[in-house]
Amino acid sequence: MADTAAPVVTLEGVTVVYAKHAALSNVTASFPAGAVGLLGPNGAGKSTLIKTLLGFVVPERGRMQVLGLDVARAPLDIRARVGYVPESDAHIPGMNAVSFVAYCGELGGLPRVDAVQRAHEVLFYVGLGEARYRNVETYSAGMKQRIKLAQALVHDPDLLFLDEPTNGMDPRGRDEMLELVHDLGHDKGVNIILSSHLLPDVEYACDHVVVIDKGKVAAAGPIAALKQPRGRVFELRVKPPAGGLEPVLARLTAAGLECHATDEDVMRVFVPGDGGAREVFAIAASAGAQVRHLRPSVPTLEDVFAQAVGEE
Amino acid sequence: MPIHDQGYRRYTGTRTPRGRAWAVITTAGLRTFFGKRAFLALLLLSWLPFVVRTVQIYAAANFPQMAFIAPTAETFRQFLNQQDPFVFFVSVYVGAGLIANDRRANALQIYLSKPLTRGEYVLGKMAILMTFLLMVTWLPAMVLLLVQVSFAGSLTFLKSNLHLVPAITLLSFVEATMVSTAMLALSSLSNNSRFVGILYAGLIFFSDALFVVLRAVTGESRLSWVSFGNNLAQIGDAMFRVPLRYSTPWPVSLLMVVALVVTSGLILKKRVRGVEVIA
Repeated sequence: MADTAAPVVTLEGVTVVYAKHAALSNVTASFPAGAVGLLGPNGAGKSTLIKTLLGFVVPERGRMQVLGLDVARAPLDIRARVGYVPESDAHIPGMNAVSFVAYCGELGGLPRVDAVQRAHEVLFYVGLGEARYRNVETYSAGMKQRIKLAQALVHDPDLLFLDEPTNGMDPRGRDEMLELVHDLGHDKGVNIILSSHLLPDVEYACDHVVVIDKGKVAAAGPIAALKQPRGRVFELRVKPPAGGLEPVLARLTAAGLECHATDEDVMRVFVPGDGGAREVFAIAASAGAQVRHLRPSVPTLEDVFAQAVGEE
Repeated sequence: MPIHDQGYRRYTGTRTPRGRAWAVITTAGLRTFFGKRAFLALLLLSWLPFVVRTVQIYAAANFPQMAFIAPTAETFRQFLNQQDPFVFFVSVYVGAGLIANDRRANALQIYLSKPLTRGEYVLGKMAILMTFLLMVTWLPAMVLLLVQVSFAGSLTFLKSNLHLVPAITLLSFVEATMVSTAMLALSSLSNNSRFVGILYAGLIFFSDALFVVLRAVTGESRLSWVSFGNNLAQIGDAMFRVPLRYSTPWPVSLLMVVALVVTSGLILKKRVRGVEVIA
């Protein structure tokens, strides 16, 4: 089991620049042992951060440590102890699943016999046992995600980087993948860094989260702590006045309330401090809007994310 | 309770020392190509000149009236020349996809997330092609030398042509190194192995054609260094101590081969990366 006291990954002032675009800007963060979600919208810099930790990208500035090892000085020692599930489809061409995973095991430092044996075990674990003699190129999108997990696990890493591991999976496959990630992180002693823009994925599989936005850390901490209300949250739906919804939103914001749209026509309103429903009613009435729906709500990771990245 | 738990288990065995990943890549590559019937047929075909030369050596050793075809040092030089078309076909068949296919399948990020350097990756891939090229050049030439010794029943020929052993070895390795690095560099430039094969063939034929045109214009062969094949031929002639076929000094040809290898190395250094950054 990994050391639960020391962080598995630390970054100090890391800046990564592609041409003139700063993909990561002076990032300082710490990933504790266990399952940690790396959350952020598309293009936030999540994949860049993982690739930088793996040594694929050299930062302009900053220091990084993975499992107590300096990324700049001991990249091979680090790679021997980590597994990486890339975001895009990736496999070794012309191999069946057993050959591919065993090959990755050998590359990871296992003797051939052990690599083959573990390849079979890991393929059964990820749910590809029956398809393990099929050429990987014939696999479906969901199976390709599983085989990527298998190749990352075969050499028994202490830390697993998962970059959007549920991309392209159907709902059932997604649930099974998240179950695997949860099991690895909580029952098998493998530290996990799960990069995703899908809040439910992170919320299900992880205990901690680092929210990254526009190349900067926007929030970090245990998910349970971040979800603790620092005020009250309401679901609100109003019938807007003749001038439209904008004046209502402007009044709410001016009063110090935060409003975030959801997929439906209900918005989530954060009322800071001890404020409550009366305050929301009063502001809506002053703006000439009819409150059609107002219900207290429990803060979710989505709220944390929305607050952190300032989503409207 | 299950008899055998199919869940994930931590690994408790010993790990292999670092620095052997290139051998894993090479072994897997060799295994893959040996499993292809078409490639085995090509390998067998490439040994056809060896069979012909063996018959020649046998006849010269056993029938006095055939003494005029007795092997000389030049016979072995010619033999390596005859292997050039097979070197070309093996290079295209094996080499074109070595990195291009990995790029197509995004395999580089899989490789480079393992404990191996980019150099080890390139070395592993290069060793695959070099092994097959040496099986087409060095191996049959050396076996042919042994055949000569065994059919002649004496070491006289070998003793008087002792330079053949280093000449065969050196030329074969120079050729394999040059072809392998050039082919890998081209393979790293594309995701399409067919395109790489065509590009390689184009470069070989274009450089040869350019030399033919230049010789026709200038009336001399001093510009043979523009052709990749001619550079090897010139170096080979110098190694086998036979008259040089072009008026280019052989060190110039050697310099061109070194330049090609260095350029290929620089291309590989730029192209073999875990992530492709488009500026």
